[in-house]
Amino acid sequence: MLSFILRRLLIAIPTILLISVFVFTLQKLLPGDPILAMAGEERDPATIEFLREKYRLNDPIPVQYVTWVGNALTGDLGISLRTNQPVLELIGQKLPVTIQLATMAMIFALVIGIPAGILSAIRKGTLTDYVANVVALSGLSIPNFWLGIMLILLVSVKWQLLPASGYVPFGEDPLRSIQVMLMPAFVLGTALAATLMRHTRSAMLSVLTSDYVRTARAKGLSERRVILRHAFRNALTPIVTLSALLFGELIAGAVLTEQIFTVPGFGKLIVDAVFTRDYAVVQGIVLVTAVGFIIMNLLADVAYVLLNPRLRGQ
Amino acid sequence: MTLSRLPLAAALLGATALGAQAQDLRIGLASDADVLDPDQSRTFVGRIVYASLCDKLVDITPELEIVPQLATDWSFNDDNTALTLTLREGVTFHDGTPFDAEAVARNIERSQTLEESRRKSELSSIENVEVLGDHQIRLDLGQPDVTVLAQLADRAGMMISPDAADEAGADFGSNPVCSGPFSFAERVAQDRIVLEAFDDYWNADEIHLDSVTYLPIPDTTVRLANLQSGDLDIIDRLGATDLAQVQGGGGGITVEEAVSLGYQGITFNVDNGERGDNPWGNDARLRRALSLAVGRGIINDVVFNGVYRGGNQPFPPTSPWYDEDFPVPERDVEAARALLEEAGYPDGIDLEVQVPNRPENLQVMQVVQSMASEAGIRVSITSKEFASMLQDQSAGAFTGSQVGWSGRIDPDGNIHQFLTTEGGINDSGYSNEEVDRLLNEARTVSDDAERKELYDEARAILNEDLPIMYLYHQTWLTGLAEGVEGFTAYPDGMMRLEGVRLAE
Repeated sequence: MLSFILRRLLIAIPTILLISVFVFTLQKLLPGDPILAMAGEERDPATIEFLREKYRLNDPIPVQYVTWVGNALTGDLGISLRTNQPVLELIGQKLPVTIQLATMAMIFALVIGIPAGILSAIRKGTLTDYVANVVALSGLSIPNFWLGIMLILLVSVKWQLLPASGYVPFGEDPLRSIQVMLMPAFVLGTALAATLMRHTRSAMLSVLTSDYVRTARAKGLSERRVILRHAFRNALTPIVTLSALLFGELIAGAVLTEQIFTVPGFGKLIVDAVFTRDYAVVQGIVLVTAVGFIIMNLLADVAYVLLNPRLRGQ
Repeated sequence: MTLSRLPLAAALLGATALGAQAQDLRIGLASDADVLDPDQSRTFVGRIVYASLCDKLVDITPELEIVPQLATDWSFNDDNTALTLTLREGVTFHDGTPFDAEAVARNIERSQTLEESRRKSELSSIENVEVLGDHQIRLDLGQPDVTVLAQLADRAGMMISPDAADEAGADFGSNPVCSGPFSFAERVAQDRIVLEAFDDYWNADEIHLDSVTYLPIPDTTVRLANLQSGDLDIIDRLGATDLAQVQGGGGGITVEEAVSLGYQGITFNVDNGERGDNPWGNDARLRRALSLAVGRGIINDVVFNGVYRGGNQPFPPTSPWYDEDFPVPERDVEAARALLEEAGYPDGIDLEVQVPNRPENLQVMQVVQSMASEAGIRVSITSKEFASMLQDQSAGAFTGSQVGWSGRIDPDGNIHQFLTTEGGINDSGYSNEEVDRLLNEARTVSDDAERKELYDEARAILNEDLPIMYLYHQTWLTGLAEGVEGFTAYPDGMMRLEGVRLAE
């Protein structure tokens, strides 16, 4: 198991390097001078030149890249052009916010998606199945920003039940923190719940027709035991992969959701950074996200092996 | 959800505290401020935060008169080459350092010499600073320059604790120390900036709030929703199209309005690089034709529900510097067609205009496009992300550019750098000796009436040449929740919190 994990980690290194080159060059291709974007209305040529030098923007791009990678290896991701804060510190501030959002969204997605998927699989062709399918399809089709704004208008403005936007750190006031995050997590979770439901349903359907399930039924086991212990556990493998892959979708979705609900997380940080051409911040976030994504996939692989004994020893 | 979980959900939903705010004001801003160092910062919202954090040497009234703040009195010498200021006594910075003439001198030096400083051009006319006494100082100017006083009513005039500034250097913004009514408490990027009332403030009697929290919420709808749900007390820049709904919608929300100091318009590439050599850059008649074809009132009614102000000058019609001899023109499609024909384009002409990819700007240009088409001008709109657009604009890679300016207190700030030959932001590449002479001279005259005559003379020329075609002036719409009292809107869009309180 350990060598498996190590091997996977080694493979990850070139992937991360490739991603970093990709992001670095793509970003430099973006039109718009970062210093000019920063200067806005005050364009004093001497200051602009000084800042270009200070942030090494006059160096050739390969030199800039090597400098950046060198610094990144020592844990220095640079300084935000916009607020002068170290990028690592900014990411450290934002990461817990997005993790909280993603976790709560994932809980929503799992709690809604998996039971709905199981239910619609075992009641295939009944009204329950159709209703679950319609709900799942709406979850996929309703745009996040529309659902977000509607929730804000109904829940916050009309009923005044939850705060419309913002963020309270969990450590500061856990209850308030969860309250503030409920709506964004729900919005982010619904789309995922729909995907999860569809996949759980099809995985369950294929497992339910397999021989060992029939055998289990023939042994006289209770239906509950057949479904949860025999069928669902085997259906879980693809669902776990999917959940790990959904992590990427979760981060992508967080970009939009954080914009709508003004959640000061990763997504908001990256959007603002792209618009202000805050290169160091964009690079830092992409790097951290890529690493996170790789770790999630690794965890998914490990989870497979744990869930499915047949894969052990391979 | 099982029954046993319901009480938890109910508790989560029901426990939202909406009331019970002491005198803690929460303000929603349209974007996040940049670095909180008055010498380095450049964003508009940053200035809104400074209005509570950092006092300036002088301030303005809603009518744009300059009034005392940290300086109680001032005078120019006869030829306007020196400005002597008398400073307020008994003022301390947030770190306890006393405020005196020495501190002012060190502040000006920092603004002029800190490498990251963005205030250099604003204070470039100051050549020497002479401390005359503990509370008196003289600024010697290289050439006559009356605009320097208005600069001191903004970031260049904000006084920061010189010791704290020396210690922090360019990193001052992470813990700013000024002398305003509130001191810096905390900042979480993109989330909040918290200020706390400063007990030793010289004008503490006028401050009724214990703390102020600024929260950046870029989406207009969400910002308004926060005001309506009671999560915010004041919001910056309510959407013009939301005004009717807010005013008719009950909920106790009131809106304070002030026409801004800035403008929006179309800048033509008259002579900036190769692309300046085009029909639109070469023939002012075409530019005048477009101006005649475009109804300013129509733009305002269609895009902004009539809340903004149509315009045709760098100063809004509400400004004391507006030239009444050139009122906002009525739309005249026939005259526009006649001018096109005279210029040799009886069958119409194409015009490409770049626009920032923001809904409001795009809508404005679409309205311009449809009005212009009736006169035979076929406008094509190229929407660009703002940073790219600015770059193309300063590089001269455009024919027309829909761009604006946030505005300055002194009229010079809205016109000189755009329309004089050597102007720092003269992206149009416009050059006219007479205009240069008039605008340069206007800097040297301290009598307002005399100054206005010079601007009016320049206006007569610029109205014919039209390197910039002004379209409209934004109105600052500040939304106030029920219970917010004593707020006044200013044309500079700043939120001054003296006298503001929350009703119990």
